[in-house]
Amino acid sequence: MDELLQHLVNALILGSTYALLGIGLTLIFGIMRVVNFTHGELYALGAYAVFFLEVSLGVNFFLALVLAVIIGCAVGAAIEFVLLRPLLDADIDTTMLVMIGAWIVMQNTELFYWGGVSKAIMTPFPDEPLQVGPIFVSWLRLFVLVMALILIAATYVLINRTKLGKAMRATFQDRDTAALMGVNIKGIYTATFAIGSGLAAAAGALLGPVFLVTPSMGDLASLKAFAIVILGGLGNITGATLGGFILAFVEEIGAGYISSGYRDAMGFLIIIIVLLFKPTGLFARAERIG
Amino acid sequence: MKRVLPLFWLLVIATVPLWLRDQYFLHVTITTAIFIIAAMSLNLLLGYTGQLSLGHVAFFGIGAYASALTTLGFNVELPGGLAVVHTPWPAVVGFVMAVIIAGLSGYAIGKLSFKVRGAYFVIVTISFAEVTRLVALNWVELTQGPLALTNIPPYTLWIPGIGEYEFWNKTAYYYLVAVIGVLAYVIIKRLVNSRIGRAMIALKENESLASSVGIDVTRYLVLAAVVSAAMAGAAGSLYAHYVKIIDPDIFLFIYTVTMVIMVITGGKGTLAGPIVGGVIFGFMPVIVRSFAAPAVQWILYGALMIVIVFVLPRGIVPAIERWAASWRRPRATSDAVVLAGPKVREQ
Repeated sequence: MDELLQHLVNALILGSTYALLGIGLTLIFGIMRVVNFTHGELYALGAYAVFFLEVSLGVNFFLALVLAVIIGCAVGAAIEFVLLRPLLDADIDTTMLVMIGAWIVMQNTELFYWGGVSKAIMTPFPDEPLQVGPIFVSWLRLFVLVMALILIAATYVLINRTKLGKAMRATFQDRDTAALMGVNIKGIYTATFAIGSGLAAAAGALLGPVFLVTPSMGDLASLKAFAIVILGGLGNITGATLGGFILAFVEEIGAGYISSGYRDAMGFLIIIIVLLFKPTGLFARAERIG
Repeated sequence: MKRVLPLFWLLVIATVPLWLRDQYFLHVTITTAIFIIAAMSLNLLLGYTGQLSLGHVAFFGIGAYASALTTLGFNVELPGGLAVVHTPWPAVVGFVMAVIIAGLSGYAIGKLSFKVRGAYFVIVTISFAEVTRLVALNWVELTQGPLALTNIPPYTLWIPGIGEYEFWNKTAYYYLVAVIGVLAYVIIKRLVNSRIGRAMIALKENESLASSVGIDVTRYLVLAAVVSAAMAGAAGSLYAHYVKIIDPDIFLFIYTVTMVIMVITGGKGTLAGPIVGGVIFGFMPVIVRSFAAPAVQWILYGALMIVIVFVLPRGIVPAIERWAASWRRPRATSDAVVLAGPKVREQ
């Protein structure tokens, strides 16, 4: 029982970062209809940015986290501006190929610059874990959970309570009508991609200190983000949030009780099963965002 | 001209070991040829039916493992106390098994994944390849996991007049790969020029229209997937018995990307496209390696992929064809081009 509780707590923490990843991708996927293969690389970029700022430049850990998210947003906006804007009306396969190219470039740039050896990030948190009854949680993980939940809540507010969010929702529902109503579609696309990238970078920046930072960490992150988005339904933020937690629970329980080697396979099995039986995702209501 | 050209290319293929004395370059040629076969098989799906399958390496890997395991033998205990013992069979049987098993998995995956299209299809195929990689990594009893399958024996063939022949040396292996490559090319050529091929192209152009005139969409897509997977499996077998060692890294996404780059650079949906792209990307590493680290090489690949999509969205072969057509009829001015319509003009 204690073991199960521990697994559930671990899954909750992991799930909160998965949800961040998923929300970022579902925004981009839903609004822009772009299969963003660079999503995992922006996640890796977030982790590397924290490493670089903190370890190489000596910036304060918390400031490094904030800067990493800003860097993620900026790089995302640049990718959208340079690569996707010229392909506004191209078919989905074309943009997919371009994004795969960008993914390869980004990952190998990280590999070239930082080398293949895993990097560790120091944190100001005590090593001694917090003990609540039979459950142990490190302070760092607790911090990750809190920050992730704050970011998720902030995204909800952004989408549902601000003018930008309203314009994004309108673009999602009908791009052409939104444009006729005076929404600057190109601006919305850049903003969407920047926000989505920032969320991915935030997830990476938060998980980087928990795990190690490696150039290939983005691959699995991309694929898991796809799993979460498919699970939750295209463009469905609530779905992506729940999808993130579900994936984390399935992985954690699967790794704990079935086989740890197949931990990463769980996500893909979920993708395959969901697409075969309910291709619109588990939480499909009407197609809308928010 | 039309009849001379194929003979000319056959002659070129047949004489490669005669003018390419360097063993290292012959080695690169062999691996390139193997990847060209895989790229040709991908082109059948990507170019002719228009389905961007990003799990293609799974079939290549399944072929390699099927062939190696048939040849090496294995001893596996299945759940329920059922033990499966397989004693080694000749490598040629391994090749056949690779084709059959990869083809069957192509059937299964085709049946399942063609329920969805576009982005979903792409993600299902990637997931499938990742799952096969994780199985190869974790089913240690069967695949040795990360320890790899080693000492994979070469093919042996009984050739009249020579007797039992072992494909050890590079020249012999080159001819073996060349024969299978030409065979694969002929199969694809006949397939796409047949009624089936026209149905596939119709699906790519407009799926709902194609099904409205009575083309059974799923059936043709699955057929393409089976042929394509079987061919990729054959390439996998050729690879396994050439490098003699395979590990789960054979399923890495980067190999699928290599095949995709070959196809789109050369020209998807053209017979020569994967070959042109394959030759470029097969030999480019040799040149790039001399001055750049592997990471830089991949950065170049990625950048080139983006540039190709922007500059030559249909690939090199269609671009050359268009250029040749305009050069052959220099005075048949723009009117004729307009009248000839979509055949000559972009889109």
